[in-house]
Amino acid sequence: MAKLVALTGNEALAHAVKQCRPDVIAMYPITPQTQIVEELAQFYADGEIDAELIAAESEHSAMAACIGASLTGARVFTASASQGIALMFEMLFVASSFRLPIVMGVSNRALNSPLNIWNDMSDTMGVRDSGWIQIYNQNAQESYHTIVQAFRIAEDKDALLPVMSCHDGFVISHATEGLELLDQEDIDDFLPPREAHIPIDVNNPVTVGCVGVPEYYPEIKVQQEVATQNSLKIIKKIFSDFNKRFDTNYEIISSYKMEDAEVALLTIGSLAGTAQDAVNKLRKEGKKIGLLKLRVFRPFPIKELQESLKNVKAIGVIDRNISFGSMGGALSMEVRSALYELKNRPHIMGFPTGLGGRDTRIEHFEKVSEILLKVAQKDKVEENYKVVGCRGPGCINVTYDGV
Amino acid sequence: MSLKSLPTKQYLTPGHRMCSGCGAATTLRQVFTALEKPPIIVNATNCVEVATTPYPYTAWSVPWIHTAFECTAATASGVETGLKVLQRKGRIPKTDTPLIAIAGDGGTYDIGLQALSGALERGHNFTYICYTNEAYMNTGIQQSGATPKFGWTTTSPTGKVVPGKVRFQKDIMKIVVAHDIPYAATANPAYPLDLVKKVRKAVAVEGPSFIVILATCPRGWRTESELTIEIAREAVLTRYWPLYEVENGKYKITKDIVKKRPVEEYLKYQGKFRHLFKPKRQDALIQELQDYVDKKWEELVKLENLT
Repeated sequence: MAKLVALTGNEALAHAVKQCRPDVIAMYPITPQTQIVEELAQFYADGEIDAELIAAESEHSAMAACIGASLTGARVFTASASQGIALMFEMLFVASSFRLPIVMGVSNRALNSPLNIWNDMSDTMGVRDSGWIQIYNQNAQESYHTIVQAFRIAEDKDALLPVMSCHDGFVISHATEGLELLDQEDIDDFLPPREAHIPIDVNNPVTVGCVGVPEYYPEIKVQQEVATQNSLKIIKKIFSDFNKRFDTNYEIISSYKMEDAEVALLTIGSLAGTAQDAVNKLRKEGKKIGLLKLRVFRPFPIKELQESLKNVKAIGVIDRNISFGSMGGALSMEVRSALYELKNRPHIMGFPTGLGGRDTRIEHFEKVSEILLKVAQKDKVEENYKVVGCRGPGCINVTYDGV
Repeated sequence: MSLKSLPTKQYLTPGHRMCSGCGAATTLRQVFTALEKPPIIVNATNCVEVATTPYPYTAWSVPWIHTAFECTAATASGVETGLKVLQRKGRIPKTDTPLIAIAGDGGTYDIGLQALSGALERGHNFTYICYTNEAYMNTGIQQSGATPKFGWTTTSPTGKVVPGKVRFQKDIMKIVVAHDIPYAATANPAYPLDLVKKVRKAVAVEGPSFIVILATCPRGWRTESELTIEIAREAVLTRYWPLYEVENGKYKITKDIVKKRPVEEYLKYQGKFRHLFKPKRQDALIQELQDYVDKKWEELVKLENLT
């Protein structure tokens, strides 16, 4: 029987990790992720988890240790955020290039400077080309479920790729929600123990991490790219298996009131809930607006996006970072590329928002929607992007709580 | 123990691309000679890595892992922990395979120091071998924290005003010993039996062990390839590279140098110190190096008496 509990997003994520029976967990504290490794360390101290903990002296070493441990065939987990992910940048590429099924929990946080412990997605968007699968969660329940799915995806013999399961710092990581825990037997059945792809064995020695000269490097990288592209099919299948078994409804992209929508908001992470409220309000006013929630950012679901957005006139992509000196945030730029070849491609605007933890509210989405409806009406985009939730010229701001 | 009684099995096989006279290559062959069982190797980014594993070739007949430059000890931590937990859970057979980390001086004294410190503090059961050729040789002879004072490198060049590197090298042994690990030692390929004994001790202890080995680099030191071992020996005879070990905190000089030779006997082989002798002999600078060597030796003798 599923058990109803009240947990923060971080606690929920840690509970899922425990139930996935990891072998090795590398820990290094960083706000707003710290609670995940604290929780796991407590499980260890209470004998509730049969794993070895590595209290690394940095995130770089944490990821290096994850790589070493994963090579032995162990099921490996770590968690990080922000500067931690920036510090392990180099090792993220090694992990994915080695095709290691490491799972990392991320509580998304802004990057320095100025120092900011609050939420945006500058951290994981900054490592979008590192070869990791990236799944974004809307709430604690999703965070909990995604960890279970993530190990299955990562360890699938046709995938063998590391997975980041991301939830928004504080908004999800530190907010307590009611959620249902799955039965251990069900998880055990869904997620069998990991079998090493190529175990470290002195009787069958393998050289790992050699020098890849120009005569071989591209072939190795293209194999990695093919595997990453193909992993979308695997993710879909595992979502579907999970949905059937646990009566859930996970999709690569979820849509809401899109059937007759003329304009659409595309969100990632926790903002889908607020956006949904805004859509409901605008629908009552007769506006033909819909909502898409992108759950899988890597591999980027190009065909799925094309299919979901082919009938709308304008899209507002709710970005959670700024790619300095370009066209807004990472998500809107990728959506723009994905839709370029559509015959009747919609207009696209990026709306970077929630930077450094600034609240994004229903009122913000209303203003965004007004702009999108105008774009649809005029059949013309004036600006590539507009920052939402910021004082100053050119930005969309809503005054609340004195901000 | 004699050289003839040592295992002849080699894990670093012929055909690798290291330079003739490479101190690191000779050193590693000696390290492996000490092992009764085939090891698992974790290798930092360095000459050894680059010269032994150009895909699709490998010179290693044992499991060998390279991730990046600064995290050899951290990667080894993961390998050790993974094997330990899988053996405990019965998922793989129990073994006592030696786990050897190999890094150069850049990967140990400098960029890898933090990861090394973390791994030593956590107490992983592995042996860390640092071969020091006293500069970043893989990138083409740049100064490191191990480069001796007045040593020429491409980033501590000798010029009209500056005579090579301006600071003394780090005392890596003191840093490592400060972690209170069971075993730490210095070694030198000119003294193979001493080296082999130390490797055997290092591998046998429970917990982390560390050996730093002076490895002549003919390319970087500007020395003759055939003199690699002769130069290495001179480093010991001049007390420049004292051979000692620290076993559970107890210091022991393993090769007493009763009648020391002047340090310039060691310096004069090396093009990297040429400016101390030509065009004009720099007595004051040579004396400064001699004083440093004397001070470090005295310190060592005191530590031996104290512990």
